[in-house]
Amino acid sequence: MNMNEWLHSNTFHFSKFWDIKHLVREKEKQGLKISLCIPTLNEEKTIGKEVVIFKSELMDRYPLLDEIAVIDSGSKDRTLEVAANFGADVYLSAEILPEIGEKKGKGENLWKAIYQLDGDIIVYVDADIKNIHPRFVYGLLAPLIYRPEIQYVKAFYDRPLAVSDVIRPSGGGRVTEILVRPLFSLFFPELTAIIQPLSGEYAVRREVLEAISFPIGYGVETSHLIDVYHRCGMQAFGQTDLGRRVHRNQPTRDLGKMSFGILQTFLQRAHAVGVLQEAPQLNMILRQFQAVEDEYEQIEIEIHEEERRPMIDIPAYRAKRGLSS
Amino acid sequence: MVKGIGQILAELQRFRDAAGKTKESLLANLVMIGEIPAPTFGESERVRFVQDRFSESGLQNSSSDEVGNGFGILPGKDRAKNILVVAHADTVFSEKVDHTITVETERVVGPGVADNSISLAALATLPMILDHLGLELDSNLILMVNSRSLGRGNLEGLRFFLKNNQMPIRAGVCVEGVELGRLTIGSFGMLRGEITCQVSDQYDWTRFGTSGAIVTINEIINRLVEIPLPRRPKTSIVLGSIEGGTSFNTVATRATLRFEIRSESEELLADVRQHLEDAIAEVSSASGADVTLDIFARRKKGGILSSHPLARHSRSIMKELGVEPRLSPSASEISAFVDGDIPAVTLGLTEGGQIRQLKEFIRIDPVFTGIAQLVGVLLAIDGGYCDEHE
Repeated sequence: MNMNEWLHSNTFHFSKFWDIKHLVREKEKQGLKISLCIPTLNEEKTIGKEVVIFKSELMDRYPLLDEIAVIDSGSKDRTLEVAANFGADVYLSAEILPEIGEKKGKGENLWKAIYQLDGDIIVYVDADIKNIHPRFVYGLLAPLIYRPEIQYVKAFYDRPLAVSDVIRPSGGGRVTEILVRPLFSLFFPELTAIIQPLSGEYAVRREVLEAISFPIGYGVETSHLIDVYHRCGMQAFGQTDLGRRVHRNQPTRDLGKMSFGILQTFLQRAHAVGVLQEAPQLNMILRQFQAVEDEYEQIEIEIHEEERRPMIDIPAYRAKRGLSS
Repeated sequence: MVKGIGQILAELQRFRDAAGKTKESLLANLVMIGEIPAPTFGESERVRFVQDRFSESGLQNSSSDEVGNGFGILPGKDRAKNILVVAHADTVFSEKVDHTITVETERVVGPGVADNSISLAALATLPMILDHLGLELDSNLILMVNSRSLGRGNLEGLRFFLKNNQMPIRAGVCVEGVELGRLTIGSFGMLRGEITCQVSDQYDWTRFGTSGAIVTINEIINRLVEIPLPRRPKTSIVLGSIEGGTSFNTVATRATLRFEIRSESEELLADVRQHLEDAIAEVSSASGADVTLDIFARRKKGGILSSHPLARHSRSIMKELGVEPRLSPSASEISAFVDGDIPAVTLGLTEGGQIRQLKEFIRIDPVFTGIAQLVGVLLAIDGGYCDEHE
């Protein structure tokens, strides 16, 4: 399948899936169970609205979701209280699989969700979306429900519904366009068809999730794309335009940290799948600068992209899912 | 079917509990409705959303009309009787304002949540609540999201419906977000308008009014505050907003004053208006400025008496729920019912604050009492207990 064919057949717009009743019927026909995971860290301002919208619209009104879980990294604010108050199941990441310890990072929450949640499909949605809407979930689930060959559906944003003949640039955020897309262009050209590879919203079948490793930090999305591509090829991917997403903007310095983490993960995964023959010895210190009066000083930040091995290799998971040890 | 006003009072707690069980649906409706901008004359998307909700709840005749009102009809057993429940769709916020809503444990915060998104959410959720309660009314329940209510909208949506509707309305209930305990049974007399002062760019600045339009408007304001107003019947002049000029050092050539005159007496209202016109004529002639008066909204004084069974039963329902009724006349939707000679009340749904500001909020828990009150009043009307001959 060439890139244009893939873009044509595997790129969707959420508005195509407006008939949620039909989607629920199809889900039930297939006997699928679907879990929503919202990873959190100090999200009290937005979490209430997300839970209310998803529970009301996609559990009570249309039973598309079977569980809504908030998996938290240890919020200091009222995130868990607010989420529980509106009907989400809330978990502390540290309390899931405690025997294997705790690592700090969003990827850890996503990985532990595979153990904790029961769905045949898990849909991940970030907690910082200000304009939350049911489309953020059903838009990602529909391609998996209607197209059995699709394994992993990624969100992208902001394509207007009414388009003119004028060519519009379309793409991701700053880190995507400056770092990830150039890297993919160099080493995995087909993956450049994923319009927003770093978006935090995606829905994935359990068989895929349990079989791939999870960097616990910034690199989790990049790692997923490389691993799923390596295992299943482009036909396993779908992507859905979810309209507009309003969220907090990150300062450039934070994007530097993010890029540093992603680059580490990229090099590790590229080596693991055989695209890079030799893995260089990496320095884990990111050096940034700041000016204090007329002096410049260096800030050293250690960012070590640790990785969780595939969940299928964890004995407790195999036991819970009734898989042979 | 509920029999007797006593049984309605006895069931109010059950109504409250049933409303509480729809909390997530109510809040989801509130968020999704409230995040759609709906300035007056620009409400169509919000109205369409609520209409879709009506359709999803299986309501018949979910439709809209030529002035942008939205409807859903919950059919009753006796198709000849109709109760009209209205909530205005428009807000004072322009579409450029960030309409993001925040849901906290006890409050919901965002522009327009109290005035009037929570009421629209309550209307959108009402069919589900009635269904949970197993209540089937004798009367058709017409749920109406009325357009063009505020400011220059001048209740155009509701007036249009009441003028052109073919279904006889036995009573109306207007729903407003705040405050729980509000009971409006009538309208005061009201005139709402704008005074615009325009001076020519080539104005002779050696004459009176050397500082241009703002000073002229100021002169009119001075005359307005000198108009004698009696304590009884209650009469007031509200100066709502003033606008004029463009910078620090350019003489303003245009200024506008927006005002409302309210009175419990039609005669006094006419009297104040005469004073106002005289003041404008004098100032205009003395300054040479072009001063225009545009009165674009009027309300007739009227309504039901506090002894009317609809008012009495509304009060007893509130008291049974532990809510202290506060009678206050208004110039909002109820005025259109007054004009149509239809008995009506306005009920507030919950507690809230910072009304018409960006951080407007409502408290979540009292809403369920507010909805129980609404269900109680609807049942009282439906049972015929609010008919005047009772």
